[in-house]
Amino acid sequence: MKTTDKDHAALAHEFNKDAPRVDWHDETLWWVRQKRDNAVKKIPDWEELREAGSQIKNNVLANLSGYLQQFEANAQANGVHVHWAIDAKEHNEIVLELLRSNGIKKIVKSKSMLTEECNLNEYLNLNGVDVIDSDLGEFIVQLANEHPSHIVLPCIHKKKEEIGELFHQHLGTPAGNADPVFLTETARRHLRESFLTRKAALTGVNFAVAETGEFVVCTNEGNADMGAHLADIHIASMGIEKIIPKRKHLGVFLRLLARSATGQPVTTYSSHFKTPRPGASTHIVIVDNGRSKQLGREDFRNSLKCIRCGACMNTCPVYRRSGGHSYNNAIAGPIGSILAPNLDMKKHADLPFASTLCGSCTNVCPVKIDIHDQLYKWRQVIVKSGHAPLAKKASMGAMTRVLSSPVSYKVAGKLGRLVMKWAPFAVNNQFNLWCKQRELPLAPENSFGEWYRKNRNNKPKDI
Amino acid sequence: MKVGLFVPCYVDQFYPGAAIATLELLEKLGVDVQYPSRQTCCGQPMANSGFEHLTSGCNELFIENFSAFDYIVCPSGSCVLHIKHHLQSNKNEIKAAAIRNKVYELVEFLTDVLKITNLKGSFPHKVGIHQSCHGQRGLHLSQMTELVAPSFSKPRYLLDMIAGLEIMPLDRPDECCGFGGTFCVAEEAVSVKMGKDRVADHIRNGVEYITAADLSCLMHMEGILRRQGSPLKVIHIAEILNGGCAV
Repeated sequence: MKTTDKDHAALAHEFNKDAPRVDWHDETLWWVRQKRDNAVKKIPDWEELREAGSQIKNNVLANLSGYLQQFEANAQANGVHVHWAIDAKEHNEIVLELLRSNGIKKIVKSKSMLTEECNLNEYLNLNGVDVIDSDLGEFIVQLANEHPSHIVLPCIHKKKEEIGELFHQHLGTPAGNADPVFLTETARRHLRESFLTRKAALTGVNFAVAETGEFVVCTNEGNADMGAHLADIHIASMGIEKIIPKRKHLGVFLRLLARSATGQPVTTYSSHFKTPRPGASTHIVIVDNGRSKQLGREDFRNSLKCIRCGACMNTCPVYRRSGGHSYNNAIAGPIGSILAPNLDMKKHADLPFASTLCGSCTNVCPVKIDIHDQLYKWRQVIVKSGHAPLAKKASMGAMTRVLSSPVSYKVAGKLGRLVMKWAPFAVNNQFNLWCKQRELPLAPENSFGEWYRKNRNNKPKDI
Repeated sequence: MKVGLFVPCYVDQFYPGAAIATLELLEKLGVDVQYPSRQTCCGQPMANSGFEHLTSGCNELFIENFSAFDYIVCPSGSCVLHIKHHLQSNKNEIKAAAIRNKVYELVEFLTDVLKITNLKGSFPHKVGIHQSCHGQRGLHLSQMTELVAPSFSKPRYLLDMIAGLEIMPLDRPDECCGFGGTFCVAEEAVSVKMGKDRVADHIRNGVEYITAADLSCLMHMEGILRRQGSPLKVIHIAEILNGGCAV
């Protein structure tokens, strides 16, 4: 998904033109981070739980092909159809073919970031299939003709007044009514009709259990269940990394997921799907779409441990102040920034640089992905692959030459301080981005090196 | 014990006072400390921008300057973390590895190596501690709010020894200031907003001085405070600890 040619910095600049709105966005997500903190601090062995989740996922990634085949065999034994898609295109074609062969032109879909990654909605619309998103947040962004800005909270960028206005325009609610309870009830009634009439339901998959062939879908609204239980066909899309070896491992992951995502002890609905209802059919589409390529990248492999909780977004000081849409990718924030370059390094070359490398993301990650270290490593890969802007290359080259030589460093430092002292306009102007909203440090008379020579010259051993 | 004083390039050029305070403090504590005059920069600005492959000149120079010392001490957590994680050498990897293990940020050198238990000094002001990310999450100078783990703070342990100093609690005790090296210009809008929000937290909580073990964060916040015309000041932790220090 690429909807603009502007990079993260340009989009973040636009987002920051409305400072009170940035404050609101920041505080809203910080509140979610605090809910997460309160929830995890009630579990004394939280760090051990993270370690367990991390190790189970490491095991999964090291034995992925075996677990996938085990899952396929068990799912088939349960009467579930299993399809394999090498990429987004194949995934979308499989879904469309399943719908066409059953004469279905309208589907209801619960939240699946994989289908966002595959641009399924656009594809189905172009092919004459109407998709209604049943997750409340996704329903809202769909009305607004936008993409989700957050993987767990898709419309977190929208204020309730804006949602009221959208509902007024599209669903005929009274103008100016922004009462969340009223709006939610309106959406429920509207969606109820879809649940009752649509013949196919598409869901995502949070966990696919190799041992049993069942899969688990976690929602707070029960919308996945409403869709799947009423439809003739249930299509579940999952990335190859969603596998867990055994059912008992859900005891680790369900505890990790909800606490990390929203600070709840568990999601309201953790629904297990194993065998199709009599008269209905279940299809699982297992999608690669670049994941096996990422699995082959040693430095970036463990990004596939991600369970899509969104905690890294909520804690990221950059995400909170730039908004999910500034990342221009189905998955925003720190985790999106280490996943996206794998899919298209040139297009997403800006994302690993949209971070201060503060490391908070790594600390909240429930499966211990070293997100900030991977951001650093992606920067190296991106520059070496020739995707750095020319101006940056030139300035880095010049900086290297000065800093690699003690003599040129001293001369440049002295000159720099003299210019700052006597001609500050040469450095403090609108072309210097530091100085747009910040003052430069006051240039001292002497550097520390110069002071040291004057004041500690009695020291003989100056190595 | 021979200690090499590592003064990061921007501290050398813009904040000599912090480096002088570090030197004087170590001398007062009886440490044999020397400043190798041919030092420049640790190479972090290039490496964090994706140009780690250009840092071999800085790396070799660093090794040449600092190999002979028992410890290397630096008043900047970020630069220390860079050396610890990324210093390498094609010519002499054994020396590089040795340096990675003997480089210390000033605060951790005082608490973990010198193990000081008291400092005589006075700083009768309300102080806010800025937890620089690389010092905190990288060097573990203090506990991180994301983790479920016992709290501790090495900077606070030292600051508590200073008479009259009052540490003010903050609403967000360990949020990044937004400096981030070249991030501060490449992502100017977000960087500035992060800086403004960080200083606002200190102002809201009645702080007179923001202190930190990393000058890059302080430089960033000072730039914002001075543009705002704020009376709030920044001061490196070495300057507080060195004030009248006599053990």
